[in-house]
Amino acid sequence: MSVLVGPETKVVVQGITGHQGTIHTRNMKSFGTEVVAGVTPGKGGSTVEGVPVFNSVQEAVRATGANATTIFVPAPFARDAFIEAVDAGIPLAAIITEHIPFHDMLSMLYYGRVHGTRIIGPNCPGVATPGPAKGSKIGIIPNMIFRPGRVGVISRSGTLTYEIVNSLSEAGIGQSTCIGLGGDPVPGTTFVEALEMFHNDPGTDAVVLVGEIGGVAEEEAADYIHSRFGKPAVAYIAGRSAPSGKRMGHAGAIISRGRGTAESKVEALTRAGVHVARFPYEIPDLVRQVLHGG
Amino acid sequence: MVKLAEYRGKEIFRKYGIPLPRGHVATSANEARDLVAQGKVPLPCVIKAQVLSGGRGKGGAVQFAETPEEAGSRAGGILGQEFKGERVRQVLLEEKLPIAREFYVSLTLDRSRRLPLLMASASGGMEIETVPDEKILKIPIDPMVGLVSYQRREVAAALGLPPSANPSLDATLQALWRIFVMEDAELVEINPLALVGGALVALDSKVIIEDDALFRHPEYEKLTGDLTPLEAKAHEKGIAFVEIGGDIGVIANGAGITMATLDVLSQEGGAPGVFLDLGGTDDPKKVAEAFLLMSEAHPKVVFINIFGGVTRCDTVANGLVEAMRLAPPKFPLVARIRGNNEKEGVEILRKAGVGSFTSLAEAARQVVALERNGRNPGGPAPPSEAIPAPGGAS
Repeated sequence: MSVLVGPETKVVVQGITGHQGTIHTRNMKSFGTEVVAGVTPGKGGSTVEGVPVFNSVQEAVRATGANATTIFVPAPFARDAFIEAVDAGIPLAAIITEHIPFHDMLSMLYYGRVHGTRIIGPNCPGVATPGPAKGSKIGIIPNMIFRPGRVGVISRSGTLTYEIVNSLSEAGIGQSTCIGLGGDPVPGTTFVEALEMFHNDPGTDAVVLVGEIGGVAEEEAADYIHSRFGKPAVAYIAGRSAPSGKRMGHAGAIISRGRGTAESKVEALTRAGVHVARFPYEIPDLVRQVLHGG
Repeated sequence: MVKLAEYRGKEIFRKYGIPLPRGHVATSANEARDLVAQGKVPLPCVIKAQVLSGGRGKGGAVQFAETPEEAGSRAGGILGQEFKGERVRQVLLEEKLPIAREFYVSLTLDRSRRLPLLMASASGGMEIETVPDEKILKIPIDPMVGLVSYQRREVAAALGLPPSANPSLDATLQALWRIFVMEDAELVEINPLALVGGALVALDSKVIIEDDALFRHPEYEKLTGDLTPLEAKAHEKGIAFVEIGGDIGVIANGAGITMATLDVLSQEGGAPGVFLDLGGTDDPKKVAEAFLLMSEAHPKVVFINIFGGVTRCDTVANGLVEAMRLAPPKFPLVARIRGNNEKEGVEILRKAGVGSFTSLAEAARQVVALERNGRNPGGPAPPSEAIPAPGGAS
């Protein structure tokens, strides 16, 4: 079992003919993902990595039954690409694109909610579910870090997530699904929403939450874990040493007006009974402890 | 983020119909005196330094004048001065109005609700951070609907406005909303919004435009006064580079891994000073540019911490070696390179004379030891063995 993506996921890649779109179509396929279609307006009829390209998402869905999209379209056009996917009836969109204005994201979030399309991202690595035979992923998370198993991973970060998942795999701890929420101030999916999914997933025994400074999403996750979440959780918060007022690489990673500090997040999570690692490399041991009580 | 100076924010306010005091910008004492002498700025007037930092009133960057000569000499006294590290190049001269009351209104993003947030307070004229929460009215606004009339009535009630000022408030709030949306603002703030003879006037402006929306707004230039000169240079080259004041340089790939690296270094007793995010690049030219920028920050030691995921370790290592050839680093290097094709990457670095660690903690200790060496040529300080308690100071 898993959340968001699995063997039933049929992926369309918006922006498939671009450099990133092409590379990651190949990677998604070699992970085991059913990539059924690509979309680039004006390039319909061609193929990329053996995947048929269509002029519109609607055509792609009609021809292939695609039920998830990965969006690589540049920021100025990403909003329209997403709306097109929603209008074509796609229920899940991983938006990899960075630098989408938050004003666009506000309307995308709204449109997605009204029409039943969940957004992962933007500015995110996507979602991956490793499988013993075939995995499934939408996005760019590297294939080789995974090991199938029963720990869910939720993160606002990209490479740091890869490193953490890799260290879990090296320690023999497999993952059910890894969700990269992205580093933007307005994410399509929050920690709380992702936790709810893992809460309801019989294939997940524990979660690892990788947060960072900025916003209050980790504090809200702590509240949720404290009141509702029925599984053990381990967390790491990046940016303990970050100064106030500096944007630490991610658009959303900023301590502004005294809010969004690592201390506040660590404290809230600790109070909620989450095992908070001081450093990323402590995570596998903590996960082992919460799973086996040792 | 693009922070606009007061006068530029007010140009936007004017365009959207928010009432302002009569005023003009001057860049010299003579110009200031003439603007007043010609009656373009009525007397008495206020003269305000056009800098991006707050606290201008207390800092002497706001002055008053009763005559054209006084306006000239006050403007001359402010222009060219430094205010919180920023040179004053313009002053804004405005008529001094008889203020009955001062309020606060703003629109910003509420990250928690993922909605725009209207804030209003009867405690205007002071930094909003110093106003107690219960004195601030906060109304989340649906982005698809915009401001509606009952919300404006709530604001009027919270401000305790006389009914005669309601049309003025409605117009101001609608304009604020249109600016927030149309100009892709992160923040539109009027503080103080003054009640003058039954109508509202914006005495100050704070407008921040979102960087990522600049493709729709070529009229706003990308750079802001918030960046250090070196950060600005990196910004122009499209390299994510942040200076935070210590003497260890960090080159990593990705925001999360960069922050984690800084945290580990700090915990080991080091002082990270500058970090540079390579993102997904392994292009030797980009890495060489990164090295050159790093050299300009004069770090005592540089720590390269890379996890090869989408990019491969060997490609990154080759990029580093090539970059070292193009821009020989003037600092000792410590590397940790892990992930895809790790063995090959480590081997490539080793041949180039760069030792590579597997453990982040060990690498960080080595970096901190080298940093201390750089500080005290007498010899290395012992690496710290003690690991402070969880949740400790950072």
